[in-house]
Amino acid sequence: MKKEKKMTLTLPVEELVGSGNLACQGCGANLALRYVLKALGQRTVLCIPACCWAVIDGAFPHSCMSVPIYHCAFETAASTATGVKAGLEMVGDLETTVVAWAGDGGTFDIGLQALSGAAERNDDIIYVCYDNEAYMNTGIQRSSATPTGAWTTTTPVKFPKDRPKKDIDAIMAAHRIPYLATASISYPEDVVKKTKKAKSIKGTRFIHIYAPCPTGWKSRPEDAVKLGRMVVQNCVFPLYEVEHGEKYTLNMKIKDKKPIDDYLKLQGRFRHLKPEQIKLMQEEVDHNWARLLKKCESA
Amino acid sequence: MKKVIMGNHALSYGAMLSRSQVIAAYPITPQTQVVELLSEMCADGTLNAKFIKVESEHSAMAACIGASAAGARAFTATSSQGLALMHEMLHWASGGRLPVVLGNINRAMAPGWTIWTDQNDSLSQRDTGWIQFYCASNQEVVDTVIQAFKVSEALAIPSMVVLDAFALSHTYEVVDIPDQAKVDAYLPPFNPPYRVTPDDPRAFGGLTGPEHYMELRFKLQKDMEKVLEMIERTGREYEKQFGRYLGLVDDYLCDDAEIILVTSGTAGYTAHVAVDEMRDHGLKVGNLRIKVFRPFPFEIVRRLTQSAKKIAVVDRNISYGHHGIFAQELKSAIYGHGDCKPVFGFIAGLGGRDITPASFREVVDFTISHDRPEEEIIWIGVKK
Repeated sequence: MKKEKKMTLTLPVEELVGSGNLACQGCGANLALRYVLKALGQRTVLCIPACCWAVIDGAFPHSCMSVPIYHCAFETAASTATGVKAGLEMVGDLETTVVAWAGDGGTFDIGLQALSGAAERNDDIIYVCYDNEAYMNTGIQRSSATPTGAWTTTTPVKFPKDRPKKDIDAIMAAHRIPYLATASISYPEDVVKKTKKAKSIKGTRFIHIYAPCPTGWKSRPEDAVKLGRMVVQNCVFPLYEVEHGEKYTLNMKIKDKKPIDDYLKLQGRFRHLKPEQIKLMQEEVDHNWARLLKKCESA
Repeated sequence: MKKVIMGNHALSYGAMLSRSQVIAAYPITPQTQVVELLSEMCADGTLNAKFIKVESEHSAMAACIGASAAGARAFTATSSQGLALMHEMLHWASGGRLPVVLGNINRAMAPGWTIWTDQNDSLSQRDTGWIQFYCASNQEVVDTVIQAFKVSEALAIPSMVVLDAFALSHTYEVVDIPDQAKVDAYLPPFNPPYRVTPDDPRAFGGLTGPEHYMELRFKLQKDMEKVLEMIERTGREYEKQFGRYLGLVDDYLCDDAEIILVTSGTAGYTAHVAVDEMRDHGLKVGNLRIKVFRPFPFEIVRRLTQSAKKIAVVDRNISYGHHGIFAQELKSAIYGHGDCKPVFGFIAGLGGRDITPASFREVVDFTISHDRPEEEIIWIGVKK
C-alpha cells in the first residue's frame, strides 16, 4: 500500500489573533501579529500605542485577542512595556513576555526617545515595529520610515519624499542590545523562528517587520504577500539579525538580486516616478545592500 | 522614631513606608534628593522595589502607568517643567483609573529659567483628574503620601502630593517617621480588581466611541466626589494609628474671624504666625489653609468662611487674564451660598519671592481699609 504523504506543519497551530477584526484587506500588520503571537504563546502582554493595531483589535468593549492589551500613548510603547514588565515581576509573574507593538511612526519618530531609553537600560522587553512605511492609521502621511520617492498625503506627487528611510536597525544596533532582527510577513517561518529566539533571550530585543499596506501603498490586497517577498529578493528590505550590536548574520542570501522596477510597479505610491528617479533609488538600494554585506562579512 | 529630614526626603520616606513597588523617575532640581534617597533604599534593600531610571518625565509616568496597570504600587516625583512634560500621561493615569502617587515640588515655570517656588506647575494640571494635596510641613508630606496611596487605591484615582521648592523641599524639620508595622496595617497591599495579566486577558483603554466615553468620565467624576469623604475618614483612621489627623483644610481661628486669609502650602504656615501677631494687636483675623485642592472642599470652605465679613485669598500662582487660581475657586465655592461677601484676590511670591508675616499684614491692612477689592488682582511685593 502506498504510504500517505503528510504535510509537515511549520508554524504553531494556535491562533491568538481572532478573525473578524478591523484590519483592511491584505493588511500586513495583521499577519505580523498573528505570526509573532504564534511564536510567543498566550503568556504575553501587548503594549500598543496609537497605530493601526490600536484600531484593528476592535472598539470597546470588543477585542479580537486572546492575550491582554494595554493601549498606551503614542510615544510610550517602550516605556509602558518597561513599566508593565517591572509591575508583573513585582507581583510575582516572572514568566510573561511583555511586548511593545508599535508602527513605524511610533517607533522611528515619536517613540524613538522612549525606545532608546529602554534599549540603553536593556529593559527586558521585546519591541516589535511593524513597518508599513507611513502614518497609515491617520490617513497615509509620511514618516521617517517612508522610502525615498514615495507618495503620501504629505509628500504629494509634485514633491515626493526626498530623503532616505531612516536606518532604525543601525540605530538599535548602536545600542548594543542583545538581539535585533528584520523580518517580512511573507516569510512566516522566519518571523516565528526569530520571535522564538528573541523570547529565549533576556534584555531588549527589537524585531523590525516589513508589513505591506495595500490601502496606503495603493497596491492590490492580493499582492501584499508578493510585495513582502519581492522586497527581500530585491534587497530593499534584507532579512538579517544583529547580536549585541556587532554580530551581523544575513538570513537570506540573495544570489539573483532583482531590480526594484517590478516591485515599484505594483504600488501606486511610486507610479509618478521617472526612470532617472528609479535609477537613483536603485543606487540607494545597491549601496545599502553592499554596506550590509560588508557588515555581515566582517562579523 | 523622630528624625530631622528635608522635605524631599519626607517624600522618599512616605514612598518607602508605603512599600512602593515600582519607582520610575527622572531628575530635576529641586526634586533630586527624593529619588536619590529612594535609589539608595532600592540598592541596599531597605525598599523592595524596582527603580527604573527613565530618560524623561514622560517615560517616568508611562512606566508608572504600566506598572500600576500590572497591579504594582507605583510612585514618582518631579517638578515644574518635568510635570508639564508629563501632562499627557497625567490624563492617561487618571483616565486609566490607575492610583499612581506623584510627589511634585512646586517650582515656577520657565522662561526665564528658574528653580524657585510657585504653584503654576501643579495648578496647570488642575483638570487632569488627579487628587491634589498641598503640604505645609515635612511631617505632613510623609503622612500625606501614605494617605494618598490609601485614598487613590480605594477610588482608582491618582494623587499628587505637592510641596514648595526650597521653602519645604530643602528645609529640615523634625519628623516623626511612622512605624512600618503600623503603616502596613493602615495601608494593605495594592490589590486592584482588574490588572494586565495573561490569566485574565482584557484590552485596556481601547477605542471608545461617543456611546461609551461620556459614562467613563461620569464615573471618574462620581468617584472624585467620594474623595473628600474618603480623605476625612482615612484621616481619622490615620489619627487613631499615629495621632495626627489628616484633613481637607487646616483652619486656625476662623470661627470668630472678621477677615479670613485663604492660603496654601508653606505660605499657609507663615500666615498662621502672622495671624497670631495680628490677634495680639486686636485684629480679628483667621487663616484657612487649603490642603486638598482637587477635589475642591466646597462644603468645609463655605462653613468656615460663613461668619467672616471679608475673605482675603493669597495666591502664589496666576491664571493669566483672570485671577489667582485659589481666588477663583473661593468665589465659585461661596457664590450663591449665603451673603455675598467680598473676596479680595492677592498675588504674592511668584518665582520664589518671599512671602513673610509682613506680606500678610499688608494683605490684611488692604482688606480692612477697602470695602471692595476694586481691582481683580492686588499685587503684593511687586515692582510695578
